[in-house]
Amino acid sequence: MNIRSIGLIYRRELGTYFSSYIAYVVIAMFLLVTGYFFYNLLASFSVISFQAQSNPMLERQYNLLNINETVVRPLFGNISIVMLLMTPLLTMRLIAEERKSGTLELLRSYPVSDIDILLAKYLACLTVFLAMIVPTIVYPVLLIILGEPEIMPMVTGYLGLLLLGATFISIGLFTSSLTENQIIAAAVSFGLLFCFWLLSYSIAFVSADLGKFIGYIALNEHLESLAKGVLDSEDIIYYLGLISLFIFLSLRSMEAKQW
Amino acid sequence: MIAVENLIKDYGSHRAIDDISFSMEKGAILGFLGPNGAGKTTMMRILTCCMPATSGRATVAGYDCFDEPLEVRRRIGYLPERVPLYDDMRVSDYLEFVAGMKGLAASQVSASVKQVAENCGLGEVYARRIGAISRGYRQRVGLAQALVNDPEILILDEPTVGLDPGQIKEIRGLIKDLSGRHTIILSTHILPEVSLLCSKVVIINQGKLVAMDTPENLGAQVGDSSRLLLHIGGPPDQVETALGQVAGVMSVQRDGEAQADACAFSVDFNKGHNPRKDLQALIAENNWELMEMRSISASLEDVFIKLVTRED
Repeated sequence: MNIRSIGLIYRRELGTYFSSYIAYVVIAMFLLVTGYFFYNLLASFSVISFQAQSNPMLERQYNLLNINETVVRPLFGNISIVMLLMTPLLTMRLIAEERKSGTLELLRSYPVSDIDILLAKYLACLTVFLAMIVPTIVYPVLLIILGEPEIMPMVTGYLGLLLLGATFISIGLFTSSLTENQIIAAAVSFGLLFCFWLLSYSIAFVSADLGKFIGYIALNEHLESLAKGVLDSEDIIYYLGLISLFIFLSLRSMEAKQW
Repeated sequence: MIAVENLIKDYGSHRAIDDISFSMEKGAILGFLGPNGAGKTTMMRILTCCMPATSGRATVAGYDCFDEPLEVRRRIGYLPERVPLYDDMRVSDYLEFVAGMKGLAASQVSASVKQVAENCGLGEVYARRIGAISRGYRQRVGLAQALVNDPEILILDEPTVGLDPGQIKEIRGLIKDLSGRHTIILSTHILPEVSLLCSKVVIINQGKLVAMDTPENLGAQVGDSSRLLLHIGGPPDQVETALGQVAGVMSVQRDGEAQADACAFSVDFNKGHNPRKDLQALIAENNWELMEMRSISASLEDVFIKLVTRED
């Protein structure tokens, strides 16, 4: 591993994200949609709060006046869905674009190993992802100013989003390394992400043991517990394991596609 | 400096390179010649460690391309055929990026980049975006990135393709200047390029090595006849018959359109003979006019066509 090469490719890659406006457009759309979700959640919360003033039974029945339950947790769920739609757009070009234009061939004629190229690109994309997710901190900050939410679930929730995004990117990196067509890379990565996501729907229809297993490999189940404020090493290991797996698979795909 | 032994490369069931061996010494310029699809680019990709061979060995600067690719890559400069560059970068930033990637010390990067940009004539476009410069400049940037760490070996895949005649001349001049200090392999399907630049030629066709020699020797090898071009003022039919009877002449062909009282002929004769004197005597005897007489040596083009079509 050569830190200098990784740094150079990382800077170049980040430069492309911003000079091609991909980063600006994706970040703007992401904030538009998540902002809209946040506004609606908050609006419905305030409607419920007014209703609760005249009908105290509401609160006792549904725990609806807990701002963490009614706004924060659904907000993390919504943000994660928008992330699922947006990250393939960030990752699809990572390898596919360079393979198509031929610059990958030239890059690999320099004394740099494939893993350095992959790590640099992964980190560059992760940086754009951070730039996308960090402005959303405004929403919980607004809640803290206006209400009295619990802080811990928000912190672990963000940790969850970060790990989830890092996993999405590793999957996108892998699909981008499979092809020289960016559309194919994006389509395959959408498919994989949705499959990992929707797995949890099957839990109800299978045996208990299988259900437990599916619950463990489904992407969103782990976010759920983090968004509740439960910091479990199992969830963190799950995400880190998946990230390593897909970076490893990308490396194998780079080696296998040498022709 | 570069040695290739019994190299074979298969793409699925298609054999792109079929048992090729050659070697070249330091400071030489080797020309890879072959029709499109002959396996030139494949060979270059193997030498630059972009992909492994199916079997056989390739060593560059003493390092095996398969076992020690990073050592090989440290010593080569590669210009791929399509000249793939990052269009969104400025020429200066791009060359600095490449210099860093090739492991130049940070303190040397700036000076090396300035030097190579000057050598390749990039002063005018130095601060421009690569996507906005002309094809000729693009090619020079490609050459500059190959040269930036002053590598021992340069591997250039069709370095003049797609350029206008003026640009071709400039790029050839650049390459010529580089010989001596660098060992250069270049591939091309443009024949004059090879005779202009290369000290050694390897001709490949359909993945097989067809010939390997200096351009001069290849030209001499082509056959056992020599050719004269004669332009003679006299009745064409009569001249043609008379020429055919001169000792040593193997065949006479009209060259171009005959006029009423003059015609050009190309005359093939045995290499051992020199029929010039007899021809002159014949012309003087008949009181014809000798307008032109010159010998035509077989060009590389003839060699190439002969060697490549012989296969079929």
